[in-house]
Amino acid sequence: MIRDITIGQYYQTDSVIHRLDPRVKLAGTIIYIVTLFLVGNIWGYLLATLGLAAVIKLSKVPLGYILRGMKAIGFLLGITVVFNMFLTPGTPIFSFWIFTLTWEGIRTALFMGWRLILLIISASLMTLTTTPNQLTDGMEKALKPLNKLGVPVHEIAMMMSISLRFIPILLEETDKIMKAQIARGADFESGNIIEKAKAMVPLLVPLFISAFRRANDLAMAMESRCYRGGEGRTKMKPLIYKKADKLAYLYLLGFAVITVFVGRL
Amino acid sequence: MSIKLERINYIYGQGTEMVVHALKDIHIEIKDGEFVGLIGHTGSGKSTLVQHLNGLIKPTEGHIYFDGQDIYAEGYDMKKHRSNVGLVFQYPEHQLFEVDVLSDVCFGPKNLGLKKDEAEAQAKEALALVGMGEQYYKRSPFDLSGGQKRRVAIAGVLAMKPKMLILDEPTAGLDPQGRKEILELISGLRERAGITIVLVSHSMEDVAEYVDRVIVMNKGAVAYDGAPKEVFSHLEELEEMGLAAPEVSYIVHKLREKGLEVETDAITMEEAAKDILAALEARRKGNL
Ligand SMILES: Nc1ncnc2c1ncn2[C@@H]1O[C@H](COP(=O)(O)OP(=O)(O)OP(=O)(O)O)[C@@H](O)[C@H]1O
Ligand SMILES: [Mg+2]
Repeated sequence: MIRDITIGQYYQTDSVIHRLDPRVKLAGTIIYIVTLFLVGNIWGYLLATLGLAAVIKLSKVPLGYILRGMKAIGFLLGITVVFNMFLTPGTPIFSFWIFTLTWEGIRTALFMGWRLILLIISASLMTLTTTPNQLTDGMEKALKPLNKLGVPVHEIAMMMSISLRFIPILLEETDKIMKAQIARGADFESGNIIEKAKAMVPLLVPLFISAFRRANDLAMAMESRCYRGGEGRTKMKPLIYKKADKLAYLYLLGFAVITVFVGRL
Repeated sequence: MSIKLERINYIYGQGTEMVVHALKDIHIEIKDGEFVGLIGHTGSGKSTLVQHLNGLIKPTEGHIYFDGQDIYAEGYDMKKHRSNVGLVFQYPEHQLFEVDVLSDVCFGPKNLGLKKDEAEAQAKEALALVGMGEQYYKRSPFDLSGGQKRRVAIAGVLAMKPKMLILDEPTAGLDPQGRKEILELISGLRERAGITIVLVSHSMEDVAEYVDRVIVMNKGAVAYDGAPKEVFSHLEELEEMGLAAPEVSYIVHKLREKGLEVETDAITMEEAAKDILAALEARRKGNL
């Protein structure tokens, strides 16, 4: 069902990329995406692809696994490419009805598709190599300065990681309650909108109750361990840049500068 | 009434990264009036199997026949089937949702298209079967104790007047007293209402004491299927599957190892006590 989606999932393994500080990966992804938008020729794209391929290799995530996650957006990609091919003005190759295939169109479409693929792979590579907890930790630390402006950064990060943790649990719970009510003759499929909405009550009530129960249990567990928010709270695994992280920043910047330079020649 | 599974295979997450072959070539038939215990290590496929019985999961391969009819045949009344084969999930109290006990138990019969008074009559009957008296009818199900909630939830399925009742670990999370009550209630159901029962359980003691047929699942396949005494005689094999025989089984085996000529097929406390006394008696006589 909903569990089949692989985009945004974490791939468990041990690699240089997995061990990097999440802030490096966050910054890296952003820098890479910006780079992609600055590149304008084939050499730039090739370089960007090469760079990404190197990172994939280092991350030890199987290429097949990454590409399978792309299936979901294949349709979107197809539409983008086709529209660009036919709707870009330029030298026509052939035309029918209101569509005209142009050389410029093919060029734009190829670059556009290429860019989209790289963009999505790079973003999913970040989530594949970083656990949701690390990701929120990284964001918390990176956004720390906003604390001075009165933004409760820690609390927001904590809420984010708890919500992320709860998504699969709630999905599973929904599945279970749905089945239990179907076993009692409930029908979630037939009927008009009003009947369908009514049929949701036996699903939603237990689901909310269970969510509240879990939230309550969690709050109790946190309180009994004296959790009281971000003020003065230390971390078991504080994020500290190591040598590898600093090196990674250097490589990243070097790569971005060269790629943009080549890409805009 | 009987239900028959023919070469059932089930695969979770087909076409994804996480393929789990949860059921492998399952071949079983459950006849009218049987009390079947379904045991197996965690993840062996018990819950997956029981969800096949009432059509909640469609087998990847194989057929399911209820009274000789294929339940996935064109035009088969699945709703009727689900009322014939009642399934009580693990922690069934989590599915309660109505404002009072009686309305919640009415949910099933109403879904079957019964009128309000008919549904209420069936609900009251079901509540009586699980020992929840009139004083509870108007109580909120959320104010009851854990054991009471579970009774109400079981009544919610019983109210559809199933011919067969499947319970997925009905005693999970209850104290010894609560467990005993629920088990007595279940075996009473068979005697009083003549319902065929399938009990999924982790407790060998419970199974040994109540059921008259044990099906052992191991890694998605049926490992043993037979009378409790027969099945529990495979002590070592069961242990390899991460299961165990009832405690008393180990005691009589140990006694025999130590030289007491005791029968080793006892699986309940009473039987074991009788066998051990008999063996001691025999030894005393021999010594004379
Ligand atoms: N919704 C699901 N998606 C994918 N795999 C699943 C799903 N439900 C169960 N499985 C897998 O199928 C196998 C059988 O699971 P099942 O729940 O039937 O076991 P069980 O015998 O009931 O275990 P337990 O005693 O823990 O309840 C397990 O390997 C489990 O991981
Ligand atoms: Mg189970």
